[in-house]
Amino acid sequence: MTRYSHTVDGHTYHFADLKSLMAMATPARSGDYLAGIAAASDEERVAAQMALAELPLRRFLVEALIPYEIDEVTRLIIDEHDAAAFAPVSHLTVGDFRNWLLSEEADEAALAALAPGLTPEMAAAVSKIMRVQDLILVAKKCRVVTAFRNTIGLPGRLSTRLQPNHPTDAPSGVAASIVDGLMYGSGDAVIGINPATDSVSAVTTLIRMLDAIITKYEIPTQSCVLTHVTTSIEAINRGAPVDLVFQSIAGTEAANAGFGINLAVLAEGREAALSLKRGTVGDNVMYFETGQGSALSANAHHGVDQQTCEARAYAVARKFKPFLVNTVVGFIGPEYLYDGKQIIRAGLEDHFCGKLLGVPMGCDVCYTNHAEADQNDMDMLLTLLSVAGINFVMGIPGSDDVMLNYQTTSFHDAMYIRQVLGLRPAPEFEAWLRKVGIFAPGEAMRLAKDLPGPFRRALANLS
Amino acid sequence: MTDRITDTVIPDAWGTLRRFTQARIALGRAGSSLPTQPHLDFQFAHARARDAVHHTLAIEPLRAGLVERGLGVVTVHSAAADRPTYLKRPDLGRRLDAASRERLETYRAPGGKDFDVAFVIADGLSAFAIEQNALAFLDVMLPRVPAESWRIAPLVIAEQGRVAIGDEIAVALRARMVVVLVGERPGLSSPDSMGLYLTWQPAVGTTDARRNCISNVRREGMSFELAAHKLLYLMTEARGRHLSGVLLKDEVEAPPERLAAPGGNFLTEDT
Repeated sequence: MTRYSHTVDGHTYHFADLKSLMAMATPARSGDYLAGIAAASDEERVAAQMALAELPLRRFLVEALIPYEIDEVTRLIIDEHDAAAFAPVSHLTVGDFRNWLLSEEADEAALAALAPGLTPEMAAAVSKIMRVQDLILVAKKCRVVTAFRNTIGLPGRLSTRLQPNHPTDAPSGVAASIVDGLMYGSGDAVIGINPATDSVSAVTTLIRMLDAIITKYEIPTQSCVLTHVTTSIEAINRGAPVDLVFQSIAGTEAANAGFGINLAVLAEGREAALSLKRGTVGDNVMYFETGQGSALSANAHHGVDQQTCEARAYAVARKFKPFLVNTVVGFIGPEYLYDGKQIIRAGLEDHFCGKLLGVPMGCDVCYTNHAEADQNDMDMLLTLLSVAGINFVMGIPGSDDVMLNYQTTSFHDAMYIRQVLGLRPAPEFEAWLRKVGIFAPGEAMRLAKDLPGPFRRALANLS
Repeated sequence: MTDRITDTVIPDAWGTLRRFTQARIALGRAGSSLPTQPHLDFQFAHARARDAVHHTLAIEPLRAGLVERGLGVVTVHSAAADRPTYLKRPDLGRRLDAASRERLETYRAPGGKDFDVAFVIADGLSAFAIEQNALAFLDVMLPRVPAESWRIAPLVIAEQGRVAIGDEIAVALRARMVVVLVGERPGLSSPDSMGLYLTWQPAVGTTDARRNCISNVRREGMSFELAAHKLLYLMTEARGRHLSGVLLKDEVEAPPERLAAPGGNFLTEDT
């Protein structure tokens, strides 16, 4: 077994292998302590970062953190690695790679060309020796644009997933939250429901409902019911009008098995969605969710730190040309990310690694009530991610998900960041907002005071 | 001279939709931002949920209440010494501390017989939920499991306990199944939600796939009567079929919707 070591001030720190070096170099977070793989002291952590900085990037191509023989995600990473794309940086150490990423030479075109040549482990490694401003600066230079019924990820744009969850999937309750979101200009990334009931028939009911709304109001957006990929496939087989196929994914084969999936099933899901040809301006049909800690919580991390496992999930994602990838950063709880500081750092790492690898990253800027976090922390993460050029965030009424019992960004939050940074919705959706009269006339993104005609008529029926 | 400022909040024109959902819709806006009142309402709800997480279970009133009902009670503590440890180390919240394990073994049934069921009350993530609901639920539940048909172990109160602590408790007491009443992770609108977890023949390391869960038991959620009805069904099935978890489906009729939701999807219904 290869050993790594680093000497600082006469003291030599030893690291048993590459995955241990990676884990100890990771900025402190509760999940790595829970796994028993974190650095024992702050000094040991920085020594590990120093050792990591001297490591040649190509080392990751010969020392797999999770053995090739036992893990199909490792096989995917190695087998599909693009050596030609990697060539420009193949001689660099991790530390030199950071320097280059920060340079003007690493521009949008260079980073896009490099993406297929990077493995998740390389992205994770360099992120571990980066500060928050580095994660923002480099991510901002990466552009990943995707399209289905509108175009997500263009410069100067920020999209939102309208998340109209309801504890019992009551159609009127879901529709009420959809109205609330649309009237605040939310919903261009997707109108996506987490269903309370996972049966094919219940899911199909929601899919049909969303399709009817999008069709009737001619909204240039797409729908998704966040159910298991096999349920979506079955719904498609029964004729349901599925736009995006959803699945939670993780960075190890064993963790994916815990989700009841593998790469073959994801390919099947994508083929099923593509067969419907429902996209009008593009054919990115997958919606993936990830989050640090998922592999550990499934006891499927193989001693690899949670941030590296997360980056490996993006290798799974990019294989299937997704429309959206969403890191649900604060949902998992304080045993993985303890407080606002850890959640904020993790959200920025995930966005950076995803973008560097060529994945259309969004973030569920969120927390649970047993984490040491609050709305102020979420304001910070939302602001930082938006500065970093994130593709999309969530939008929910008043930040309170009454079905999943956690807090995420609200429709109001999205309007805040639009005003502060001048970020617009997807162009097709923005045009619709203006045509319908949700945004007031003029260049500014101001909400109109009156309810637009079609929605006024729908509500008039209720009296 | 400037005009006096009026109308600082722009109301949303769809307040009528509030009847369809508990979601925080139609909050209005100050500019495009959250107006002061809903902002502070939210802060209060979050503060209440945070207090629920950090609230220490009042053991004595609970124990006294159980004793008053003629029940034997044992108090135990998990291996998580305090709340911060509990939050960071779920593994410790699933295990008993050594003293508790030894104490429990003295409560085994005489004659080497097993108990049919052990009830465990664990604070979980909301001691508030336990204080609000545990005794009241047991008052509905226990008459359904009479002593002539169920050998019930002394009730166990577990501090800093997670669901799986019931596994080790059942092993120590020699109980064939365990029912854990636990405070669930507080939501903004439900800081007092209690969960019920049933496990047949638990052992240390039993996975969640082998448990059945009844969630959101509280006055505004699932009623004690319905929860007791479901739990008795699951307990009876578990004892008869010698299993619990994913193989044991909850076939009791679905509860009525918590929220009346008249009308279908009004956005696409033509009148």
